[in-house]
Amino acid sequence: MKVPLSWLREYVDLPPVTAHEIADRLTAAGLKLEAISSHGHDLKNVVVGQVIEIEELTGFKKPIRHCLVEVGEAEPREIVCGATNFAIGDVVPVALPGAVLPGGFEIASRKTYGRLSDGMICSEAELGIAESSPGILVLPADTPLGADVVELLGLRDDVLELEITPDCGYALSIRGVAREAATAFGVPFRDPAALELPATEGVTHPAEIGDPTACDRFVLRAVSGFDPSAESPLWMRVRLTRAGMRPVSLAVDVTNYVMLELGQPLHAFDRNTIQGGIVVRRALPGERLETLDHVTRDLAEDDILITDDSGAIGLAGTMGGLSTEISGSTTDIVIEAAHFSATGVARMSRRHNLVSEASKRFERGVDRELPLAASWRAVQLLTELGDGVAEPGVTHAQADVAPVSITIPSGHPARVAGVPYTRETVVTRLEQIGCRVVDGVVEAAEGGRGVAATGVVTSGDLAAKLAVTGDDPITVYPPSWRPDLTDPNDLAEEVIRLEGYDTLPSVLPGAPAGAGLTETQRLRRRVGRSLALAGYVEVLSYPFIGARDLDHLQLPEGDDRRRATRLVNPLSEDEPFMRTTLLPGLLKTLVRNVGRGFTDLALFETGLVYRPGADAPETAPILTVERRPTDEELARFSAALPEQPVRVAAVLAGEFERSGWWGQGRAATWADAIEAARAVAREAGVSLDIRADQHEPWHPGRCAALYVGEVLVGHAGELHPRVVEAYGLPKRTAAMELELSRLAAPAPAQTPSISAYPVATQDVALIVPADTPVSSVEAALRDGAGDLLESVRLFDVYEGAQAGEGNKSLAYTLRFRAADRTLTADEIAAARDAAVELAAAQVGARLRGV
Amino acid sequence: MSDYDPVEVTPLHADELARAEADALAAISSAADLDELKQVRLAHAGDRSPIALANREIGALPPAARAEAGKRIGAARKAVGEALATRQTELEAERDARVLVEETVDVTLPWDRAPRGARHPLTTLQERIADCFVAMGYEVAEGPELEAEWFNFDALNIAPDHPARSDHDTFFVESVKSGKVLRTQTSPVQIRALLERPLPVYVISPGKVFRTDELDATHTPVFHQVEGLAIDKGLTMAHLKGTLDRFAEVMFGEGISTRFRPNYFPFTEPSAEMDLRCFVCRGASSVPGNPPCRTCKSEGWIEWGGCGMVNPRVLIACGVDPSVYSGFAFGMGIERTLMFRHNAEDMRDMVEGDIRFTLPFGMEV
Repeated sequence: MKVPLSWLREYVDLPPVTAHEIADRLTAAGLKLEAISSHGHDLKNVVVGQVIEIEELTGFKKPIRHCLVEVGEAEPREIVCGATNFAIGDVVPVALPGAVLPGGFEIASRKTYGRLSDGMICSEAELGIAESSPGILVLPADTPLGADVVELLGLRDDVLELEITPDCGYALSIRGVAREAATAFGVPFRDPAALELPATEGVTHPAEIGDPTACDRFVLRAVSGFDPSAESPLWMRVRLTRAGMRPVSLAVDVTNYVMLELGQPLHAFDRNTIQGGIVVRRALPGERLETLDHVTRDLAEDDILITDDSGAIGLAGTMGGLSTEISGSTTDIVIEAAHFSATGVARMSRRHNLVSEASKRFERGVDRELPLAASWRAVQLLTELGDGVAEPGVTHAQADVAPVSITIPSGHPARVAGVPYTRETVVTRLEQIGCRVVDGVVEAAEGGRGVAATGVVTSGDLAAKLAVTGDDPITVYPPSWRPDLTDPNDLAEEVIRLEGYDTLPSVLPGAPAGAGLTETQRLRRRVGRSLALAGYVEVLSYPFIGARDLDHLQLPEGDDRRRATRLVNPLSEDEPFMRTTLLPGLLKTLVRNVGRGFTDLALFETGLVYRPGADAPETAPILTVERRPTDEELARFSAALPEQPVRVAAVLAGEFERSGWWGQGRAATWADAIEAARAVAREAGVSLDIRADQHEPWHPGRCAALYVGEVLVGHAGELHPRVVEAYGLPKRTAAMELELSRLAAPAPAQTPSISAYPVATQDVALIVPADTPVSSVEAALRDGAGDLLESVRLFDVYEGAQAGEGNKSLAYTLRFRAADRTLTADEIAAARDAAVELAAAQVGARLRGV
Repeated sequence: MSDYDPVEVTPLHADELARAEADALAAISSAADLDELKQVRLAHAGDRSPIALANREIGALPPAARAEAGKRIGAARKAVGEALATRQTELEAERDARVLVEETVDVTLPWDRAPRGARHPLTTLQERIADCFVAMGYEVAEGPELEAEWFNFDALNIAPDHPARSDHDTFFVESVKSGKVLRTQTSPVQIRALLERPLPVYVISPGKVFRTDELDATHTPVFHQVEGLAIDKGLTMAHLKGTLDRFAEVMFGEGISTRFRPNYFPFTEPSAEMDLRCFVCRGASSVPGNPPCRTCKSEGWIEWGGCGMVNPRVLIACGVDPSVYSGFAFGMGIERTLMFRHNAEDMRDMVEGDIRFTLPFGMEV
């Protein structure tokens, strides 16, 4: 809402303070300043002049005039002018030498087109009134010559641009802002809607309300004999422009002006195009309407329409129809001022993607008591400025609406704020915003429930749950312009904000002791820290993927990860799905970093994947909000939402250990990827069981399935060369992905007993078939060696000729130690032999050289 | 020097002893290194050295001569022993100095063989915020990102035709009527917390949220918020203010200036916006005539987040009796907080995953 201060000051006696001080007070009251724009402050030395001679200069590319202009000085001034829309005798604004026009444009006496130009005849644009103007601004003939144009036309002004929250529909008007300003400064407010309405008999034009849920008040007034050529006066155009609206024609400008001033959207019809009586009703199946913007719209059945015998002639409170539009020849005008359903207009405006100044106001709630006054104000302006005559009579259709009342204990605002307001303060503040306050509980009239700003009726049941009882009840009747006030806390907010949020004390509540982070939350932090310490950099990529990603990953048809949730309105049609794996985002981020000149990269991400169930219900329920959902209802939510487990994934390429002056580095490999997974598992207090697997997008010969017990928790290894190619990744890029949600939070670690007896070390070299997984050899050694085994470590893998064709040699160091004694040579040999024997039995291992 | 022969004891002459001592001292002082000194020790202080031999002869002397001879020999042995020890120390020091010099390396050589990674500042900032509230007794609550519309809107008193609903540029899932959306705010976690936890409830919930904004310097369609909720008996707006003032202090340091200003959110009533004094201009730019400020757009304040007393309608939707319980909720943007706290200027840096952005933040912010 753009508020010219000159307009505001018409209705409130503000002290002589700066625009910023006014803005600060309004911001503190909840009307937040967005911007201040100043107009005309730098405009000076522009006076009223009269053209007394015009000489057309010829021989130039465009028409040029040399004029003599009387500006109330001893001699008239010579001025060269390129405009032609004025005649001898016209009164015009003249910028004298030394004048400064908007934008710092200085006027000086100069020679041009061979003549002296001792000033400039100005257009509206040059005076900063309009964005563009076709010619010179011609002023009324009786304007006093020599007068200061800025003073005379009120061009010096400040405009506050205020952010109006959706509950404050009333503040989308000078009237509403003036009321807040008056309260903020403690000065009187003059209501521009408090007009003397003429006592008038009869109906202007037949009209009725067909659906009282769509419209509960409908007022028409008429003007006849309007001069369609009459122009809007300069002051009105200036105000409209500064308030952010484009002047169009007098009839339209008047409706906009009244809307800005009072907050009541108006619509003007060409009376002669209306066929028969008007009915306000919902749309019928198949109805269509061509609106003012020349779009023919298919109407939906709960669209609210203004109709006549011909059918729809307007989308109520949103946009008028083309057929009844005011034209350049309209002489008879019908002004409509109505009160439409807020939700009805909101829905309609969204459905047709039509947001207008009117719909914005109706959605947020318009004063139901305004239509009679606002329509009269428009008629006054049309007759004053457009030579029309007010037709006698007024059409006033309405449906009864019970008054809203809210009963609260007078101490309620204090209990909400934590500040001891007196009863007097509470009552005074509520009265300041226009409420009527009555002592005690007043039984609401039948059906007298509140209608929220949204138009949603508060049910009796809900109202009972919202009711606040207590000592010293007061019953509050909110004013008609505050449909947002429905609940006890709405009243509390009014009192608190007017008393000032800055007066609230700062008190820390005494929350009960909490349990701290959960084990799962701690685990997630540790995982992040351990990967970062291991060299990985965390990224947070967007969780959107495309079908192309699923193809790039070489996922086969029927792979679970291809069953992804689709967005209705994705940012990019290329990525309409929610990720089912973290890898695409990581891989693209890796490629982006490579493109920026980084070759050695290790990245990780922790986040949700979205895994819709194969037979999940298509819709989640929309339940009532008047009670807690039942357990059965809550279960329906869970069933409808996809599973959203937390995963961690890492990708790496280039050197994992850098080359340097110390020697050659080490390239990142499948083994690092698996180790990253192990690092994650270690934080969860489990060790991974690694099994060879073939699983896209990994290299079929370099892919590990990661198990905890018999639970598959993820995969790791080198990526498939086709994946590498599809994403343009560095060769041999490796990756791991692990579902953190499948790792249980770790049980507390148990303290080991530390033996003080010496260790006995035995090395064994085993020959096994080359395709034997090392993990099974180690498992056999461990099982065979028994309790005396302290550790087993593979220190060499050899696949040369000495191992034999198709074999490999594995060299292990076994360390033995007992808790209670020094081991004898026999014991050690027996344990080692048992280990080797079991390896022989389980994986066909034999001791090398035996 | 003659071989020792206990049978033929030759008398020990003082001048011979003196010469032996002088020889020993000369040899010691001329020993050039520890090996030479070892030889010298053997020759002049060993078992077969002249002084040692002389020592053995003492017993063969007549008793009257023993004391005098013993005294002389003792003095000679002591002098030689001390000289050896001194020289030993000198030579060891020389050797050590030489070896350590030889082992000198260039300690300024770089070492980034296994460089450390880093955690994303948006993650660690969320953790720091959580820690601030955990210290106040809060617990960290979580909820799904792909959320039922009822949790994201209806239960938060945002009816289907409420203007606030269209202000949220919502990603719809599967169909606009599926009742499922990508959550546009962390506030649905309030609802889940109230449905799942026993009262009183004090929870903080950082997390990812989604709105259909195009990525630019100040917008990203996927961003992070932190939601706070406290529901207890007797909570007031003063408690809300106290809590957020403390939060601001922990985030931005003591002396941070804050402001509450009326605002509107459907799920809180009364509602407020929490503003922070602009870090850059400290409010000076809002005074006419002063240079403008880009950070606060010359308003002097920057919006940090919304807050208010939980609307009783929200409590009712969660089965909490508003006549017994009241409380407050607040929500802040994590990206915004990172911008203020760490001078991050461009939202795109936070989402692109460029390692140069993340590495300087290390393990914590």
